[in-house]
Amino acid sequence: VHGRYRILLGMAAGVGKTYRMLQEGRQAQAEGRDVVIGYLEPHDRPETAALADGLEAVPRRRIPHGSLELEELDVDAVVRRAPELALVDELAHTNAAGSRNEKRYQDIDEILAAGIDVISTVNVQHLESLNDAVFELTGVRVRETFPDRVLDQADEVVLVDLSPQALQERLRAGKVYPGGRAEQALLNFFRLDNLSTLRELALREVAEDVEARRAPAELDELSKLAVGERVLALVEPQPRSQRVLRRAWRSAQRLGADIDALWMRRPGQTPTPEEATQLAAMRRLASILGVHFLEEEGDELVEVVRRVARERGSTYIFVGTPDERRWVEIIRGSLLSRMVRELPGIDIRVVAHRALRDELHS
Amino acid sequence: VRPWPGRKAAVRRPGQPRLLVPFTARQLDAAVLDAALRIAKAEDAVLVPAYLLVVPLEFGLDAPVQQQELERAMPILEAVELAARRAGVPVDARIERGRTPVDTLRRLWKTERFDRIVVPAPAPGHAGFSPEDLAWMLVRAPTEMLILRPAPDGGAPDEPEPES
Repeated sequence: VHGRYRILLGMAAGVGKTYRMLQEGRQAQAEGRDVVIGYLEPHDRPETAALADGLEAVPRRRIPHGSLELEELDVDAVVRRAPELALVDELAHTNAAGSRNEKRYQDIDEILAAGIDVISTVNVQHLESLNDAVFELTGVRVRETFPDRVLDQADEVVLVDLSPQALQERLRAGKVYPGGRAEQALLNFFRLDNLSTLRELALREVAEDVEARRAPAELDELSKLAVGERVLALVEPQPRSQRVLRRAWRSAQRLGADIDALWMRRPGQTPTPEEATQLAAMRRLASILGVHFLEEEGDELVEVVRRVARERGSTYIFVGTPDERRWVEIIRGSLLSRMVRELPGIDIRVVAHRALRDELHS
Repeated sequence: VRPWPGRKAAVRRPGQPRLLVPFTARQLDAAVLDAALRIAKAEDAVLVPAYLLVVPLEFGLDAPVQQQELERAMPILEAVELAARRAGVPVDARIERGRTPVDTLRRLWKTERFDRIVVPAPAPGHAGFSPEDLAWMLVRAPTEMLILRPAPDGGAPDEPEPES
């Protein structure tokens, strides 16, 4: 029997993940469960250390490292001890060279496979798929990452939340880092804008996790119709459509939705060699992503989209930033306003390019 | 008010040279990307970053690829596209698949035209093309190839992260 895995996710250090993990461990112990600390990062925080008192800690494995001796989670010792629940801090941690597993989340996999429940902690910036977004938003490149599948495979992901202002207060009070280090942290990573961004990422991650866990199999047919999603990506033989399709696919994955891609060919239109190359590339990408590629003939995009959306049951449309001429927009109304008008009940998302945000700030 | 922000983006023209930058690792080396962008800019070329997926023999080549693999590719392509846009270089990204990196490349060469190929040289600590792959490419590439040495520190400059 595989153990149950509960992950406490936070926006940054100091929000109280380790504290919460220990609280939950103590609570489980009070309820009569056999609980051990597999690995705890006390961070020299007296309140945390006090909470760990009374919980059995499995001795750590010592690994020689030059003149030093490093300590790591001893997976074999935890498995031999065979508790009902093991508390293991910092799942994104990279183990010392010479360890059996490179990362601690792999150690946790082994503990879970032995039928032991695990509660662990992690900060959102360590999530592999957010690595570039975090770098872009905060300017900090996080080196220790863990794959998204770890969150996907956990039985529960729980957000440990604190407002950015409250976290800054905790820093100032010396509850996260000692004096000098706290001041430096407040000026760098723990700036209000960084914390707000990371908090939003953490909230979004947990919200998407909740969405992904909603079991469609348990819904009756009527409910499926009410809450089921189907994504339609509008593409054209242009390089930018590759990105539209990729973005649409990622959202479809999170929504648990099927996805179609639609290209509208004008009557009698023969693609130029360059367009043919782009179309072939688009079809290859669609095949790789498992997207149904639809090619429909028509004069009026909104009309074709309306028909296809009705036939396929689309609920969510992805479109690239329209590149309409101003005079067309004035005479006929913009493509987007026509889509909103003609496609009631369907969400529409315009995929913009991230780089253009730079211009907003310039 | 700037009505259509897209107009400022780098514009692609028909017949523009195409510079292919294939990669297989979990990231595209920053030094290689930087060099490729400078070359593309100087030659007024379109940058074609291509993430090469290797499909094991037990899976069909026409079946959808595992989500985990794709989740890895997407942020890298996003980052490369972002860098290209910031550098004012038009970009036309690809995700391609085959049985090996060179098989994937061969499939791509057969379907699309490229005017130059830029690849990172193998180096300690860098996943990617092996010396054998590079030798194969040098013999069979349909166009000029440029092999670049990766950054000695392994890519983009890292900043220390806070403990959690």
